[in-house]
Amino acid sequence: MPELAAIALAPLAGFLLNGLLATRLFAHRRGHRFVTLVGCGLPIAAFALTLKAFADLAAGGYAPLSQTLYTWIAIGGVPFEVSFWFDRLTAVMALIVTGVGSLIHVYSVGYMKDDESYARYFAYLNLFLFFMLLLVLGRSLLVLFVGWEGVGLASYLLIGFWFSDPEKAAAGKKAFVVNRIGDAGFLLGMFVLYATLGTLDMDRINAAFLASPGPAVSATLVGILLFVGATGKSAQIPLYVWLPDAMAGPTPVSALIHAATMVTAGVYMVARLSGIYVNAEGASQLVAWIGVLTAFFAATIAVAQHDIKKVLAYSTVSQLGFMFLAAGVGAYGVAVFHLYTHAFFKACLFLGAGSVIHALSGEQDIRKMGGLARRIPVTFATFAVATAAIAGLPPLSGFFSKDEILWFAYASERGGSPWLFAIAALTALMTAFYMFRLLWLVFLGRSRLDHHAAAHVHESPPSMTGVLVVLAILSAAGGFLSIPHVLEPLLPLPGIVAERAGGHVPIVVLSVALGLAGLAGAWWLFGGAGERAARLDGRAQGLRRLLEGKYFVDEFYERLVGRPLVWVSEHVFLRLGDRAVIDGTLHGLAGLAQRTAALMGRVQTGHLHFYAFLALAGLVGALAWSWRHG
Amino acid sequence: MDKTQALLVLALALFSLGLAGVVVRRNLLVMLMSMELMLNGVNLSLVTFANQMGAAEGAVLVFLIFVVAAAEIAIAIPIVLLLARRRHTLDADAYADLKG
Repeated sequence: MPELAAIALAPLAGFLLNGLLATRLFAHRRGHRFVTLVGCGLPIAAFALTLKAFADLAAGGYAPLSQTLYTWIAIGGVPFEVSFWFDRLTAVMALIVTGVGSLIHVYSVGYMKDDESYARYFAYLNLFLFFMLLLVLGRSLLVLFVGWEGVGLASYLLIGFWFSDPEKAAAGKKAFVVNRIGDAGFLLGMFVLYATLGTLDMDRINAAFLASPGPAVSATLVGILLFVGATGKSAQIPLYVWLPDAMAGPTPVSALIHAATMVTAGVYMVARLSGIYVNAEGASQLVAWIGVLTAFFAATIAVAQHDIKKVLAYSTVSQLGFMFLAAGVGAYGVAVFHLYTHAFFKACLFLGAGSVIHALSGEQDIRKMGGLARRIPVTFATFAVATAAIAGLPPLSGFFSKDEILWFAYASERGGSPWLFAIAALTALMTAFYMFRLLWLVFLGRSRLDHHAAAHVHESPPSMTGVLVVLAILSAAGGFLSIPHVLEPLLPLPGIVAERAGGHVPIVVLSVALGLAGLAGAWWLFGGAGERAARLDGRAQGLRRLLEGKYFVDEFYERLVGRPLVWVSEHVFLRLGDRAVIDGTLHGLAGLAQRTAALMGRVQTGHLHFYAFLALAGLVGALAWSWRHG
Repeated sequence: MDKTQALLVLALALFSLGLAGVVVRRNLLVMLMSMELMLNGVNLSLVTFANQMGAAEGAVLVFLIFVVAAAEIAIAIPIVLLLARRRHTLDADAYADLKG
């Protein structure tokens, strides 16, 4: 019996130990060391266990491992089992989650060391890892869904980690609510699947959809419903609005949850249920177009943002769009490949941003940075490597995955089209541009720091820079491990349209050229004193305001959904429903009793004679009645 | 009109007088006396009926009523006494404290 459950349970133990013991029993130093040991040790243990499981998998000739923990419920003879499943895809995901997760835990030790809620932080982070592993390892959609909701909870807790700031608490709530909207679609998809197939085990679902004749349900319907869930979790149009606000959490959280792992859950789900999407041409087209449009619009927004973490957040949304584009044209392995490289370079970028923020004592506005390269060299070097990786410069990891995405967007026979390719290529250009813009404004050029901040600039401790170096090496070299090739037996790549087959080499050349063009554009605009950028800014005021305002989508949603909802809550539910109907009924009944009592009370005069008279009248009345009816 | 009828009319008259007394008079002692009158009217009717039927049960019930009436008066008179001591009046209308 392979020990898959232990992988997920190790971080849970960390959560319980830190959450229950450390936050109460010990204060200060000794507790600090205990929290660090438990908080980092158990994720690393989970990583080791994952490696062992991977070795078992390889030793068994890549036959999927599975472990049934127990039967959760049985309805009408159909058991819902809590069981784990470990195949090539799970292996890749679990290694990313535990590997990058462990690195970020280690980084957090330095980043959060002065926070008064240190134990709570590690408890939440371990809780997140537990749910994420449940999501990745679950064999049944039900287990996946528990993880899916659990990571949402952990994300909410960590976005609102500094909950005494109302704005940050509100960002947490926003993430939670927006995700629930997506989850409604996901649940409906699960209901449809269960109603038709009678099982929620994902390997069985795939098998049922791949068999002929297929199941009696439209794959497109199921695909779209599940994808609605993915748009929530993975921040795609129209539900992407929560992710940029999620940057209110501590920066390592942004790196782990809102860049490297949790937000990729939607991509993982689509890849895991590829059996459905292969048969759902309409749903796949939708996935591809939503993906490419999200990538494009998020990239345009990222160009005009001033908050270092906001730029990275929109860049994450954009890169997730690339992953969905790949999944939409049938190249699931490539989507996972980009997920894998993205986890490295985006984690590196976020942690680098964290190091910059750390160095500047909390400053996040890139207009007040500049010239930091010499002051914090390790951070600069790693950030530059990751930037080049995301921009797609060879031979860094982003180059390989993005190139494959562009290629399949163009040539896949499952919906690849020149239009998808054109938008994706334009987005790739913008990606390179805004990332190098960020690099320039933060690290190069003249220093725009105020004197107070400038005096305190310092490189981060080795526990942080060490992690940055490891991640930079991974973002540089990670592309040489060809994930699509590893996954091919499980997730075959789509065929190529014959007349476009000659396009591969030009596309490789083009994608390198786009990366370099972005670099050149950023250099040209922001190099030197940045007067060219200022002049452009003066000429395109309207466009800049539109992009800075993020197309005013938040305001639009507020008008379209937020305010009507508040109005309905206030006028219909509160005033009419609650106050008029429910309170009104109760008050009315009480009032009726009170008025009746007042009326009847008048009879109680206290005068004995009146009572005697009433008795007499009653007696006479009774007699008269019995006389009449006798 | 035979003897039974006459006795019943007398019983009715006693009861009605008592009832009228309870309703009309304001003196608590007079009201108690009127109640005794009502009881005696009932007693008389019971005895009359018992005589007519030639059965003893009615007469037995009369004794029960005597006992109850005695007990009632034994409680009522002290209550009236206490009330009178408090307010120095026997007027029933002075004791309207239980007004609703």
